[in-house]
Amino acid sequence: MKTVLDTPVRGWRDRIFSAAAFFFVSVFVIFVLMLIITDIFYVDKKAVATVLTSKFIRHALWMSVWTSCVTTLIALLFAVPMGYSLSRFRFPGHILVDAIVDLPIVFPPLVAGLTLLVFFSQTGLGRWIQDDLGLVFVFQPKGIVLCQFVTSASFAIRSAKTAFDDVDRRYENVALTLGCTQFGSFRRVCLPLAKNGIIAGGILTWSRAFGLFGPLMILVGSFRGRTEVLSTTIYLEQSIGNLEVALAIALLLIFVALIAVTCIRLVGGSTLAKL
Amino acid sequence: MIRTEKISFHIGTFELQRLSINIAKGKYFILLGPPGAGKTVFLECLCGLKKINSGRIYIDGSDVTNTEPRARGIGYVPQDYALFPHLSVEQNIAFGLRARGCQRKEMQSKITETGELLDIRQLMSRRIYGLSGGEKQRVSLARVLVLQPKILLLDEPVCALDEVTRQEVCAQLLSIQRRLGLTTIHVSHNLEEAFTVADRAAILKAGILQQVGRLDELVNKPSNDFVARFMRREKHLSCKCDGQGNTEPGQSCENR
Repeated sequence: MKTVLDTPVRGWRDRIFSAAAFFFVSVFVIFVLMLIITDIFYVDKKAVATVLTSKFIRHALWMSVWTSCVTTLIALLFAVPMGYSLSRFRFPGHILVDAIVDLPIVFPPLVAGLTLLVFFSQTGLGRWIQDDLGLVFVFQPKGIVLCQFVTSASFAIRSAKTAFDDVDRRYENVALTLGCTQFGSFRRVCLPLAKNGIIAGGILTWSRAFGLFGPLMILVGSFRGRTEVLSTTIYLEQSIGNLEVALAIALLLIFVALIAVTCIRLVGGSTLAKL
Repeated sequence: MIRTEKISFHIGTFELQRLSINIAKGKYFILLGPPGAGKTVFLECLCGLKKINSGRIYIDGSDVTNTEPRARGIGYVPQDYALFPHLSVEQNIAFGLRARGCQRKEMQSKITETGELLDIRQLMSRRIYGLSGGEKQRVSLARVLVLQPKILLLDEPVCALDEVTRQEVCAQLLSIQRRLGLTTIHVSHNLEEAFTVADRAAILKAGILQQVGRLDELVNKPSNDFVARFMRREKHLSCKCDGQGNTEPGQSCENR
């Protein structure tokens, strides 16, 4: 077994330690690969052809990709200033705010969808947003982005905060003495040094958003050619007995996710590969 | 010149207590003291990274107590240099010039000039990771000197270096200071450094200034036991004088 780090001469205890660590990696990776391979062997060729030629499924794929990308961008737009604030500023109740930021991570996704539906249909503010402002989310593609944002933005915010925590404040202080304003030191020093952590948060957010299912069924439903995304298509196909097609779509989802995550890791550099 | 007037700062249980220091223009001043004496905190107060609780700070006669760090005209070299790891040596040196909106041509000429002054032209394209301690020290000094500050603050600038390099760097620091006529405050706990570079010195202990003066004054007329011990006056005797020529050994205060 080849180790990543330069190590000194290793004794048998060190080798056992490395082997034990690698054992867990192997078990996990083999298990995941087995699941995918099982799907590949089980999937019907006709079903694959159906999936690749269906315009509704192409639409669902496109919806999944663009909504998860838009969600990730919006999440990062919030994550960077929020992560920086939570990392650098102390204010009354900051511990509570920190906990609230993590709350959507532990929310069952279904609950998030239900809560959003209740908010937009039962509260004055929700109805005002939909009826008077004209921002309609229920049963609309915009609702997909909202559901994805609510359930996945916390990952981006948490990652950004951790990344900013890891940037030594002395760098920012030195930047201040060299002529930067606080924003200048943030832009020129803190942000570039936290970049990898922020991108990692983006990957987590995108991954969660891309595969989201539960809250979408509640808030936006799954209307063919309108609000259907890959995850809801899988559910619809299997609920009408098209298990082969459902499985073929699942494989499509897995491959698209694998390609996207691998590309971002390669672009993001070696630090991301550690995450 | 830089002058502090009874500045106080407290954080947790530590307190800088009413520090007053006056350093004339172009002088090399060294601030000595044991670890934890408050030397770094004092420097951070001077450059505005810590807001003092009371007192005033003057640079060239202007009150800069409430001035932002970037507008004080102070060049600060922190203890472990804090070079930006995501930038090359040249980008590190150019950092302050860029932040101040310097024109490209002017920036290039200033970087070249400073690179020659500190003999680091060959390092310009290197990344920070992999530089030796001495190289990092010179790059961090270049990053500050390129901005032509009025005051230079050096926080233990040679403590991470080996003995030989330390002496070389101290000599180089003094030579640069003399050439540029920069008012310099150098913080250290090492007495040898003081004798190599300083015109004047002060000794700080637990946030309280013990004595300020020329090094020979600190050696020959220490104001208290601590200063005497710090200046390694091994034959120092402590005693108490009654004002009529009678002394009582072992009490405190006067040097013999």
